Amino acid sequence: MAARWLRIGWLALLGWLMVTGTAAAAEPIRLWHAYDSEGEQKALTEILETFEGPQVITLGLPFDAYASKLAPAISLGDGPDLYIDMHERLGDYQRRGIVGPVGDALPGHGFSPTVLSAVTVDGEVLGVPLSRKSVALYVNTDLVDTVPPTLEGIAALREQLPEGVYPLAYEAMNPYAHAPILHAFSGTMLTDNADFGLVGPQAEASLQFVLALIEQGAVPADADGALVKDLFRSGQAAFAISGPWLAGSLGDLDYRVVPLPKVAKTGQPMRPYLTVEAVMLSPDGAKRPEVRALARHLASARAARIRQRQARTLTARDDVVVGDDPFLQAFAAQAEQTVPMPTAPAMRATWEPARHAVRKVLRGQSEPGPALREAHRRFVDVMRPPPDPADPWPAFALLGALSLWGAFVLVQRVRSQQLGRRLRASMPAYAYVAHAVLAVGIIVILPLLVGAATSLFAGPAGEMRYVGLANFVEILTARGGPLLASGSFYLVLLVTIVWTLINVTFHLGLGLSIGLLLAQPLLRMRAIYRVLLIIPWAVPNYVTALAWKGMFHRQFGAVTGIIEALNEHLGTSIEPISWFAQFSTAFTANVATNVWLGFPFMMVVTIGALTGVPKDVLEAAEVDGANRWQRLWRVTLPMIRPSLMPAITLGAIWTFNMFNVVFLVSGGDPDGTTDILVSEAYRWAFTREAQYGYAAAYAVLIFVLLLGGTRLLELWKTSWARAGRGDP
Amino acid sequence: MSIRRNRLESFLIHAALVVAVCFALYPVLWVVSLALSGTPAPEPRAIPIPQEPTLDHFVSVVGSTEETPDGTLWLFGLQLFNSVVVASATALAGILIAIPTAYALARFNFVGKQTGIRSLLATQMFPTVASAIPLYLILDALGLLNSRTGLVLCYASTSVPFAIFQLRAAFEAIPLDLEEAAMVDGATRFEAFRKVVLPVARPAIAVTALFAFMSAYNEFILAATFLDDRTTFTLPVLLQKFIGEYNAQWEKFAAGAIVVSLPVMALFYWLQRHLVAGLASGGVKG
Repeated sequence: MAARWLRIGWLALLGWLMVTGTAAAAEPIRLWHAYDSEGEQKALTEILETFEGPQVITLGLPFDAYASKLAPAISLGDGPDLYIDMHERLGDYQRRGIVGPVGDALPGHGFSPTVLSAVTVDGEVLGVPLSRKSVALYVNTDLVDTVPPTLEGIAALREQLPEGVYPLAYEAMNPYAHAPILHAFSGTMLTDNADFGLVGPQAEASLQFVLALIEQGAVPADADGALVKDLFRSGQAAFAISGPWLAGSLGDLDYRVVPLPKVAKTGQPMRPYLTVEAVMLSPDGAKRPEVRALARHLASARAARIRQRQARTLTARDDVVVGDDPFLQAFAAQAEQTVPMPTAPAMRATWEPARHAVRKVLRGQSEPGPALREAHRRFVDVMRPPPDPADPWPAFALLGALSLWGAFVLVQRVRSQQLGRRLRASMPAYAYVAHAVLAVGIIVILPLLVGAATSLFAGPAGEMRYVGLANFVEILTARGGPLLASGSFYLVLLVTIVWTLINVTFHLGLGLSIGLLLAQPLLRMRAIYRVLLIIPWAVPNYVTALAWKGMFHRQFGAVTGIIEALNEHLGTSIEPISWFAQFSTAFTANVATNVWLGFPFMMVVTIGALTGVPKDVLEAAEVDGANRWQRLWRVTLPMIRPSLMPAITLGAIWTFNMFNVVFLVSGGDPDGTTDILVSEAYRWAFTREAQYGYAAAYAVLIFVLLLGGTRLLELWKTSWARAGRGDP
Repeated sequence: MSIRRNRLESFLIHAALVVAVCFALYPVLWVVSLALSGTPAPEPRAIPIPQEPTLDHFVSVVGSTEETPDGTLWLFGLQLFNSVVVASATALAGILIAIPTAYALARFNFVGKQTGIRSLLATQMFPTVASAIPLYLILDALGLLNSRTGLVLCYASTSVPFAIFQLRAAFEAIPLDLEEAAMVDGATRFEAFRKVVLPVARPAIAVTALFAFMSAYNEFILAATFLDDRTTFTLPVLLQKFIGEYNAQWEKFAAGAIVVSLPVMALFYWLQRHLVAGLASGGVKG
């Protein structure tokens, strides 16, 4: 009997163990990706259907938000167990500690040494390769039959092609797209010891070469990815250099893909960068066998075949046959002629200075030599080591002394009878504001204080060290360079102040004039005008900022369209303007956009303020013989000034910090000169090696400047008001 | 003043206003024409007329769905719902916190009032670039990351100070006599506030709520950073997907932008009568 109970107990225990055991194993696996094409998503779904293991929760993120989101999410434990990303980010991810070793997730065979070396950092394999991506040559088969073997041969087709058709479209000003030509000239973007490579005779020769192509009219000068797509799709370009992603938007165009040609001048093939898309494991995910099993499954030959069929993705495996798809065959052939993108974190810091230099040279504003040396200097500037750690004790001592003194003053004041009485009298008011103080304290003041405190730290995210005021010292001394060099704090400040003054002047001028016109008595259709004029305020500003940027495109923008229409109908001969090539025109484009966005606010404020002007005062002035201008300048404007002043102050603060317009319209072009302080701070935080401390120091300086500025304005206002009272 | 001169003047005013309207509408018409165009060849055009007109882009943006184990999700509808919920909650939270505070600032004298006003104005000067990362950590500590609630808290952090300024100016513009009369009639201070001041301030409150709604509805940088589930994304994040690094689909972006803008524009025009009245009551006094 007892034995039987014992056995039942034993079985129950065993059952319980099994239940909890399977429960632990059933914890779902979180997988993140940035796939945006339907084919890639379908392929992923199909691959996951064949996975035998716990439930997999997938999340697709916008490409732009992907990297900035992964790092904080994983370090806080909210991130995925595994994620699909490009191999060149591995160096950075390793430094941030958000990627773990793949262990047994890597199948024992099936990958070439090139592919494996791409996902290896410091001798450790950190990703399981899935697919290979590079650009190749798209050929419009309606326009050309035979593909010339050299780039020069393609450029020479200019004579045979119909009028208005470019031989080749590619993003000439993007260093990523320039890299194949650079490699054909034996140049490199990043040297072996992680220094800036786009400098020296080879780099200069490669840029001279492209400049000649543009001057011959063989290549459009100012093409971005969307324009390359549109030109090729509409038959306005016979060839295009682009990646597999282009195929999805070509519709029923007759085209084929071949590997990139040679550059006859050097006799070397154009070798693009190779990106290996890989599954990476978070440090926690790497410890779970079922997560590693999923990574192995995603990288299996079977999954590669599904991806190949659904999304035409070129596998990273060398044991999966590409089959008879000529599209894949071309990319497979190209993959043999590539340079794997370096994984060193320094690689990311090359793009921004390189882009500025390439643009300057191709727009003919600078010789290659000086432009590239300047880019090298900027690269060194961004990669400079963080300041030495400082001793935090002086700061602690200062903080302690300050809080002691504060407490002392507070106690003194509370003990004085008067304050006690006033405090008691304030009690009813506190009942109204208590919850707001709490809410504002937590959601507004606290993040602000933490943000401000960050300015005393430096170093890459995750290993920031206290450096005292070193960030401020570096900013205010322009990091040792000349104080008014491009990109220095003082020059950017100057641009920001000019930007704010011009914008506020235009906002006020336009808003006030239109407001006064709309307030005219006997004006018909007033309501319709007002409704239409408010539109710029009602549409989300990032949408319209992007629309304005498109309108300013040199070759295809609406502004060029207007200029051409003028030339045609009025017989003028105005040249289309490269808006973002010079500071003056790029700044004008930004101002035009921001004036457009901001004038309706001032207009509405003016209309509101005008309703407060009593009619009898104006009538009295008229009876006294004042003419219309006198009434406007002497009566109306002084009367609405008090209502306009706060709106002007607020408008000035908004304009000073107007990130969206500067970032989306000119993007700092040319060469970062149109950047204002806020966009400069953004670049330090998000594009230049994530120097959060440095960016925070910029933010603190902006804060101090605005605080000082508004204080000055207030003083000026009071003295103005005082002087105004003496005015007859 | 002769009749002829009057005519000329009226003509000039209308001409100036028509020029201003063209300036205001031109970029918007470009967005509309892009959204309605098929896949035209790029060439500079002065007049925004859709080429190869089609509604395909609208259909594909609005109809975006996703297959899940539980059936097909209508992503667009879900994200529209999220946007509206988040923006409404932001407006509501902003108003509820701001109304009593603004009233106290307008009507009472208390210790710390000036300091409070100053620091509130000062918070508007610190760029969000630097406070976004601390906000992320705080939301994580509260367990509110990846939730609509967390996003509402973020947006409220900018909408609350602004709402307080707006409403304080509005309350200050209301004559004190109104409340005093009510209190003479036996109402308490709070009753006078609730039954006399609030109804008078309604236009200003509506406009303030509209601003809070618009700023939350249009924001996409924080939304893309703090949310990590397609079912909690807001609409601007969806738009961002159309202009990715490699594969920018400007026609879809334009179509999406129009669909996203329509609700907020409708709201804007519904309240635009109050806009003037709300801002007239003292302006945005800082």
